[in-house]
Amino acid sequence: MALTNEYIQQKLKEKFGDLVYNFEESFGMLSFEAPKDQNLKILQFLYDEDSLQFRFLTDLCAVNYPDDAGRELAVVYHLHNLTENIRIRFKVFTAVANPDVFTASQLFSSANWMERETYDFYGVNFVGHPNLKRILNVDEMDYFPLRKEYPLEDQTRIDKDDEMFGRG
Amino acid sequence: MVNDAIFTINHSLLTHNTNYLAERLINIVTMLAQQQHNIKLPEGSIEKETTTLNVGPTHPATHGVFQNIMELDGERVVSTEQTVGYIHRAFEKLAERRPLYQITPITDRLNYCSSPINNMGWHLTCEKLLGVSTPKRVDYLRVIIMELARISDHLICNSIVGVDTGAYTGFLYVMQYRELIYEIYEEVCGSRLTTNIGRIGGFERNFTNTAFTKLEKFLNEYPKVLKEFENLFARNRIFMERTQGTGGISAERALNYGFTGPNLRAAGVDYDVRVHSPYSSYQDFNFTVPVGTTGDNYDRFLVRNAEMWQSLSIIEQAYQKIQEFKGADAEVYHADVPEYYLPKKEDVYTKMEALIWHFKIIMGEIDMPKGEVYHAVEGGNGELGFYLISDGGRTPFRLHFRRPCFIYYQAYPELIQGGMLSDAIVTMSSLNLIAGELDA
Repeated sequence: MALTNEYIQQKLKEKFGDLVYNFEESFGMLSFEAPKDQNLKILQFLYDEDSLQFRFLTDLCAVNYPDDAGRELAVVYHLHNLTENIRIRFKVFTAVANPDVFTASQLFSSANWMERETYDFYGVNFVGHPNLKRILNVDEMDYFPLRKEYPLEDQTRIDKDDEMFGRG
Repeated sequence: MVNDAIFTINHSLLTHNTNYLAERLINIVTMLAQQQHNIKLPEGSIEKETTTLNVGPTHPATHGVFQNIMELDGERVVSTEQTVGYIHRAFEKLAERRPLYQITPITDRLNYCSSPINNMGWHLTCEKLLGVSTPKRVDYLRVIIMELARISDHLICNSIVGVDTGAYTGFLYVMQYRELIYEIYEEVCGSRLTTNIGRIGGFERNFTNTAFTKLEKFLNEYPKVLKEFENLFARNRIFMERTQGTGGISAERALNYGFTGPNLRAAGVDYDVRVHSPYSSYQDFNFTVPVGTTGDNYDRFLVRNAEMWQSLSIIEQAYQKIQEFKGADAEVYHADVPEYYLPKKEDVYTKMEALIWHFKIIMGEIDMPKGEVYHAVEGGNGELGFYLISDGGRTPFRLHFRRPCFIYYQAYPELIQGGMLSDAIVTMSSLNLIAGELDA
């Protein structure tokens, strides 16, 4: 039996009821959300359940939605069932004031660095991570550069003294 | 004084008084240390049983900017800690301020050994979001370029493994043939390493006859060289001794670590994006997915080698298919999408509509549809994914690159633990780590 998006949705609904929501399908990939304290339970269920077997973590990253109060940060997991060849996307949202999310690094070794990268750029605090420190940026950095509150420098800004840079 | 001491040693050698010799040696060392007052050993370093060795970040054997702080017991690696990020350039942040077509040059700089695959992967992602479908001829031309890039990528990796095991000649020899590939890129897009090849919807210009002549030259000359290269290594006793049984990983661990590409296939898992979720009409081609069993350095070498033969066969098939197009189809090199594909220059100068589109595209004034898309291609070293979120604006709201070697490099300590330092160097090369991709 080929695994379908409808079946995955139905299985998740059976197991977690109202704790999984916002199911949608974009470009053929099923996507859903859950409360952030449920992330490990859901990942473990998707991993263990015989008919689902999402055992390959393709990607883990964060997204910043500054206008969505209380849900400013999203952690996005892309999971892949390699035998049935089907991918799903799973999101948990967290407030930027309290960015604690449980780590998936015990389940997937690959999550270790991806979570460090996510912490480095978005400041998501992965609770239980064995070595949560910056990975691509310098350790002394005191902000999370990919958050929307840190815009790229505007090329047309006029407050900068160009003479200091030899192009006055 | 030292000369005196050495004379004494020589003298005592003659008298076979070994105890005396040892005593004299210790005296010399102490004497020399006293002379050099600035030598101070760290606290506890005499009692410590392991040695800390800093490999990199710019060591010639690391082939890129990689630092490893290793704990060594003699020559055996006890543990290592990697430092990455030396050439981080904030691509994901930059991409949030650029229209789609300006992001292509950023992708060049990820895995720069096979830039065209990154470029094509990005175009395919955009086309998926924008709903652009490309003509078959474009797909086949793209396949040719992507497989050429795969060959050049694997060629570098395999020959570098050769260099690290002491065979420099193979590397220098095959460089001439990578040059032939770069000349084809040059003919198609004008550049060699950071190619920025192709556009959303197709190619910037049609392949010239010279490009096809160069492709034929490559297809004629390369198989013989690849065979020769393979003969140099595959059954070479020294090479086998150095690579077999080192840097191995089981299929379970490899999957758990998120391995993809040749490294995963060497461990025995036949996952290939080209087969599992075909893009750019890969379903029209016959090829096999080579797999290994042990996941060690030797298997990785063999898998890459076999993949080069498969790529050659794919290129030949694609070239065959391209020659079968007749009439107007034989000249198609882009999809008909005026919103995203730049009009011809002569039209821009003579027609109002073309001028408007040209202006809008160049200035990045094209709004893209809302949506979230993940698209993956089989890069030179694994699954290269693009996760693009659009909020309906002119630039991506968020763009994340799934960089294969960033994900599998974290398995490196496990791969080299308990092995020799010299094997750790070979393992690093055979993983095909590209600093540009790792650090993004």
